[in-house]
Amino acid sequence: MRAGLIAQKLGMSRIFDTEGAHVPVTVLKIDNCQVVAVRTAETDGYTAVQLGAGTPKVKNVTKPMRGHFAKAKVEPKRKLVEFRVSPDALIEVGAELSAEHFVAGQFVDVTGTSIGKGFAGSMKRWNFGGLRATHGVSVSHRSHGSTGNRQDPGKTFKNKKMAGHLGDERVTTLNLKVVSVDAARGLVLIKGSVPGSEGGWVLIRDAIKKPAPEGLPFPAALKAAADTGEGAAS
Amino acid sequence: MNILQQIEQEQVAKLTAGRTLPEFSPGDTLRVNVKVIEGTRERIQAYEGVCIGRKNAGLNSSFTVRKISYGEGVERVFPLYSPRIDSIELVRKGDVRRAKLYYLRDRRGKSARITERTTGRGTSKAAAE
Repeated sequence: MRAGLIAQKLGMSRIFDTEGAHVPVTVLKIDNCQVVAVRTAETDGYTAVQLGAGTPKVKNVTKPMRGHFAKAKVEPKRKLVEFRVSPDALIEVGAELSAEHFVAGQFVDVTGTSIGKGFAGSMKRWNFGGLRATHGVSVSHRSHGSTGNRQDPGKTFKNKKMAGHLGDERVTTLNLKVVSVDAARGLVLIKGSVPGSEGGWVLIRDAIKKPAPEGLPFPAALKAAADTGEGAAS
Repeated sequence: MNILQQIEQEQVAKLTAGRTLPEFSPGDTLRVNVKVIEGTRERIQAYEGVCIGRKNAGLNSSFTVRKISYGEGVERVFPLYSPRIDSIELVRKGDVRRAKLYYLRDRRGKSARITERTTGRGTSKAAAE
């Protein structure tokens, strides 16, 4: 199992392919995605790579985190994420990953934080039908109906679909197709939409429910001549 | 310019390379040559009518062409930069004072005519001067 990538959602656009059909795409940017730490079976009991991406303001980096980045000799990162990998797919600390990690035509899963909708009623949140417009219904046209039975069981069951907070949760969209990859600018173009708002962080990894295509870079596509020696001691 | 706009501009440049789109505005009569696939072979079908509106949005630009087909009003929205469009011919320039000619939808026959524009931008008289 390979590591994924941390990306920033830039927005959506369209591509006209050679046949003339138009393909809706989401543009994701890979921004300074580097390995900050590795977890191995001997020290941690599992194998994973911790990736970091983005460039934070200096004032927003806490002293303990500065120490963590200094240990890996990488620039401070805005977003840190661990990807579980198989033991042979570990990447050395400090290596910078490139957008070529994914190839055009392959399928990926994208995880993001969905746009928060606030406190939403049952019609919006669970697609309930609401009540009738007439026939004596007053005030409660958009309400849910009954929430349970009678004295027996005498309670509303847990997990009953009701009004409440909608959105702003971790969502993974499976089996999205990679349309193209632009390594020079660090862009991955994915067909269709991706969870989250523009500017939000998303995680891209190989689709778990589709076979991986031949020729994927293993364990990862690294940027050649990455200047990893600068460190973060400043 | 952000990266999204850059990508769209590159797309526009790639799609317009090797072909020229005529300058046209609402009110003009156009002949749009559309590539259609019939079974396995591809042929070009012309669609002629009045442009009743344009949407200028970079790569997402489009225009609407209205015609009366067998007594029934038909409107078709074409993406301006679509590779499905083989070419656009300007048949006749129209003299209108509105950007969107949606009022034509309620009209038929004589009242739905648009007078021809013979002066001003893009006409041969203006070019001669």
